[in-house]
Amino acid sequence: MTDMIEVEGLDVAFGRGKHAVRAARDVSFRVAEGESFGLVGESGSGKSTVVRALCGLNPTWTGRMAIAGQPLAARRDKAFYKLVQMVFQDPYGSLHPRHTVDRILSEPIAIHGLGDAERRVTRALEEVGLGPTFRFRFPHQLSGGQRQRVAVARALILEPRVILLDEPTSALDVSIQAEVLNLLRRIKRERNLTYILVSHNLTVVAHMCGRIAVMNRGRIVEELSVVQLREREPTQDYTRQLLTASLGYDREAIARFVDFAEAG
Amino acid sequence: MPETPLIAVEDLHVDFATPKGLVEAVRGIGFTLGREKLGIVGESGSGKSVTGRAILRLVPPPGRVRAKRLEFEGRDLAGMSEQDMRRIRGRRISMVMQDPKYSLNPVMTIGKQIAEAYRVHAQVAQREAMRRARTMLEAVRIRDPERVLQAYPHELSGGMGQRVMIAMMLIPEPDVLIADEPTSALDVTVQLQVLAILDDLVTERGMGLIFISHDLNLVASFCDRVLIMYAGRIMEICDAKRLDEARHPYTRGLLNCLPRIDAAGAEDLPVLRRDPAWLEQGL
Amino acid sequence: MSLFTRSATIVNPQGLRAWLLSDAPGSAFQARCGRWYLMWLALKRNPLACIGLFIVVGLLLMAIFAPWLTTTNGIEQVLLDRLLPPSAAHWFGTDELGRDIYDRIVWGARITLYIVGLVGVIVVPVGLVVGTVAGYLGGAIDAVLMRITDIFLAFPRLILALAFVSALGPGIENAVLAIALTTWSPYARIARAETITIRDSEYIMAARLQGASRLRILYGHVVPLCLSSVIIRLTLDMAGIILTAAGLGFLGLGAQPPLPEWGAMISTGRQFLLDQWWVATVPGLAIFAVSLGFNLLGDGLRDVLDPKSRDS
Repeated sequence: MTDMIEVEGLDVAFGRGKHAVRAARDVSFRVAEGESFGLVGESGSGKSTVVRALCGLNPTWTGRMAIAGQPLAARRDKAFYKLVQMVFQDPYGSLHPRHTVDRILSEPIAIHGLGDAERRVTRALEEVGLGPTFRFRFPHQLSGGQRQRVAVARALILEPRVILLDEPTSALDVSIQAEVLNLLRRIKRERNLTYILVSHNLTVVAHMCGRIAVMNRGRIVEELSVVQLREREPTQDYTRQLLTASLGYDREAIARFVDFAEAG
Repeated sequence: MPETPLIAVEDLHVDFATPKGLVEAVRGIGFTLGREKLGIVGESGSGKSVTGRAILRLVPPPGRVRAKRLEFEGRDLAGMSEQDMRRIRGRRISMVMQDPKYSLNPVMTIGKQIAEAYRVHAQVAQREAMRRARTMLEAVRIRDPERVLQAYPHELSGGMGQRVMIAMMLIPEPDVLIADEPTSALDVTVQLQVLAILDDLVTERGMGLIFISHDLNLVASFCDRVLIMYAGRIMEICDAKRLDEARHPYTRGLLNCLPRIDAAGAEDLPVLRRDPAWLEQGL
Repeated sequence: MSLFTRSATIVNPQGLRAWLLSDAPGSAFQARCGRWYLMWLALKRNPLACIGLFIVVGLLLMAIFAPWLTTTNGIEQVLLDRLLPPSAAHWFGTDELGRDIYDRIVWGARITLYIVGLVGVIVVPVGLVVGTVAGYLGGAIDAVLMRITDIFLAFPRLILALAFVSALGPGIENAVLAIALTTWSPYARIARAETITIRDSEYIMAARLQGASRLRILYGHVVPLCLSSVIIRLTLDMAGIILTAAGLGFLGLGAQPPLPEWGAMISTGRQFLLDQWWVATVPGLAIFAVSLGFNLLGDGLRDVLDPKSRDS
C-alpha cells in the first residue's frame, strides 16, 4: 500500500546565489495512512520549512513529494486543499481579526462550493467543543484555547485526510494545551486522519506521535519510534542531548552539552 | 540564625482601573525571599509577572500597588521616594525580562549599553566601564567578548542576547535578581545553558533570585522553592524537590496535565478542572 | 436565528444595549451592530471628535432638508434688496444680486457634499485597488503601479485642475475629476503599506491554504484591514478637497454662476469686502467650519479605528 505522505530528497533554499540559506537539506521520510508522525527540532532546524513546502506555501523547493500516491507540483490546486490542511502555531495570528467565527468557517465551504453551510459550520463547532454561542464572535472575543479550536474546526471543514500541525500548542497554557491535544487525538481517531506534528517540545511529540524525526540545521538527524525514545535508545548524540534537555534542569548534564555547529 | 529576608512581601494587591471595570491582577499575596532561588509559577493571567514588577515599582498607571509590607532588607519599598527607588533599581534589585530583542536598545552597541548600565550606578570612567563590561561578558561565558562588545543586538542570537542582558543586569552586583520568563523565547538546550550561567552567578555572589515562569517542570528542577499562583493568589508554596507531594488540587492538576515522555502515550491527558472555590482561596 | 425573534428586546432600550453588547451574538448582523456600537461608544468619549461629528452631521442635514430650511432657492435675483446687512429678515444679509446669503449657504451645502462625495467615491476604490494589488503581488507589477502613482503625486493640484478645465471647459464635474486625479495617490500608498504588513500573516496563509483565489483574498481579507486607514485619511483630506474646490470656484473654474458654491461666493464677494464684509466672510466661515469638522472627526476616527489599539 502506498504511503499517505512521501518526501524524498527535499531541498528548500531561501534567497539566491552566495546569500542563499538552505533551510532544508535532503530531507526524506514517509508517513503511512492513519499515522502520527513527529518532526522535532530547535529553531532553525527546518521543521516548519518542510511542512510549509509540503502544503504549498513555499514554492521554491526541489526533490520529490507525494500525497496519497500523487506527486506534487510546484503549485497546488484546489483538490489538494481538500486533502491536506494545516493548523498554525499562533492562535492570535491565524484568524482574521475582522471576520466572525462563522465567516472563518464558511469561507472554505464557499470556495469549494460545498453547500449546506449551516449544517457544516454548526457540526464543526460542535466537534471541537465550542457551542453555538461562539459562532458570531470575533477573534478578539475568544481566548487562546478557543481560537485554536476554531483553527482546528477550520482545518476539519473540508474533511481532509491529512492535517499538518505546526506547533499547535506552543503558545497555549499547559492546561489548555492538554485539552487541545486531547481534542486532536480524538478527532484523529474518529476520522482516521494522518498527522504530521511539528514541535520543539519533545514531550508533546512523544505523547502524540508514534514515530519521530529529529531535525537539526535542515537535516534529519535521526528517525526513531517513540518506544525507542522512551527506552532511551536514540543513536545520535544530538537526539540524546535533546532528550536530556527535555527532562528538566540538570546542572551536571548541562555541563556536558555540546554546540552542534554547522555540519557543512 | 534569623536573617532579615532580602525581600518580604505581605498582603500585596495590584489593581488596574480599566474602562470595563476594576481588574485585580494580584489579590493579596505574601512571601519572603532569602539567598535562594525562588520560583513563581502560574498560567497567563495568574499575576506572576505583575508581582515581579510590583516589587520594583514598575507597574505603569492605571495600575495601583498596595501592600501591608513590601520590604527590601528591612527597608520599606512601597513608601520610598522615586529618587531612592531609582538607587535601588538596577543597583540592589535587578530585572531580566523575556525577549532581549525588546529589552536591548537596537541602535547602541552592546559595549556601550553595558557600560552605560554600569556608569549609572558607579562613578567611573568610560574605559573602566568597558573593562568591567568585558569581564562580565566573560563571566556569562561568551567566548569572544571583544566582538560582542562591538556588535549590535540584532547581530546576536537569542541565547547570546539573553546572556548579554544577564551581564548588563548583574554588572552593578545587585543583591536580588528578578527574572521574568528569561528563557521562554529560547531553544531548550540554550535555555538550560543560560540557566546554568544564572545558577552559577547567583550561587557565587550569594544573590537571591526570583524566577518567574509558566514552565512548572523547569522551575521545579531549577529552583529551591516554588510558589504556585492562580488568579492573583498563591495556591501553594513548597520545596522544589517535594513538588510531587504537593497538596493543592490546582498544583496537582497542573502536574498531571503535563505530557511526559515516560508515560504511556495511549491515554488522554487528564484535564485541569478549575474549581471556582480556588478563586476565594489562597495563602 | 432571525433578527425578528429579538424584536421584543429591541423595543426596550436596556434590552437593546444588552443585545448590542452581547458576548454571544446570534447572527452576523448582531455581531456587526455590536462592533459599530463599541466604536460609537469609543468615539463618544472624545469631545473634539463629537464636535466634528456634530458639524458633519449638521452639514448633511442642511443639505437634505435644504428646501425646508430656506425661503428662497438662492438663485433668483432680487435687485431691490442688494447688499443688505444681516438682519431678522436676512440672517446673513444679501449679496450683490439681492440673494439671501443664508439661503445660498444652505443650498451650497449640497454642492459641497456633492463634490466631496464624488471625489471620495472615485479616490477610495481606485487607491485601494492600486495599492492592494501592488502590495500583494509585488515584483514588477508593484514597481509599475507605484511609478504611476508617483507620476500623479507629482502634479500640483490646482495647476492640473487648471489644465483640465481649460481643456474640457469649466464645471463641477470637471473640477471633481481634476481633484480626484491628484488626490488618489496617497491612498494607494497607504493601502500598499498596510497590504505589505499583512501579506505574510498567518490568516492570509490560512486563506491560501483553503484554495482562496487572489481576488478573494484581496477583496475579502486585505481590503477590510486597509479600509480604516484609508477612511481616516479621507476625512482628514476632506478639508483640503473642500478648499481646492473652493479655490477652483474662486477662480471661476468650478461651479458656474448662479450656483451657490461657497468658493465662488467668496470670489464675487471680494469686491465688497470693506463695506459689505458679510458677502465674502460668511461663505468663508462656512468653509472653515466644515473643514474643521472633518478634521476633528478624522482625528477622532483614527483613535477609534486604529487596529493596533482596538483588536488584540
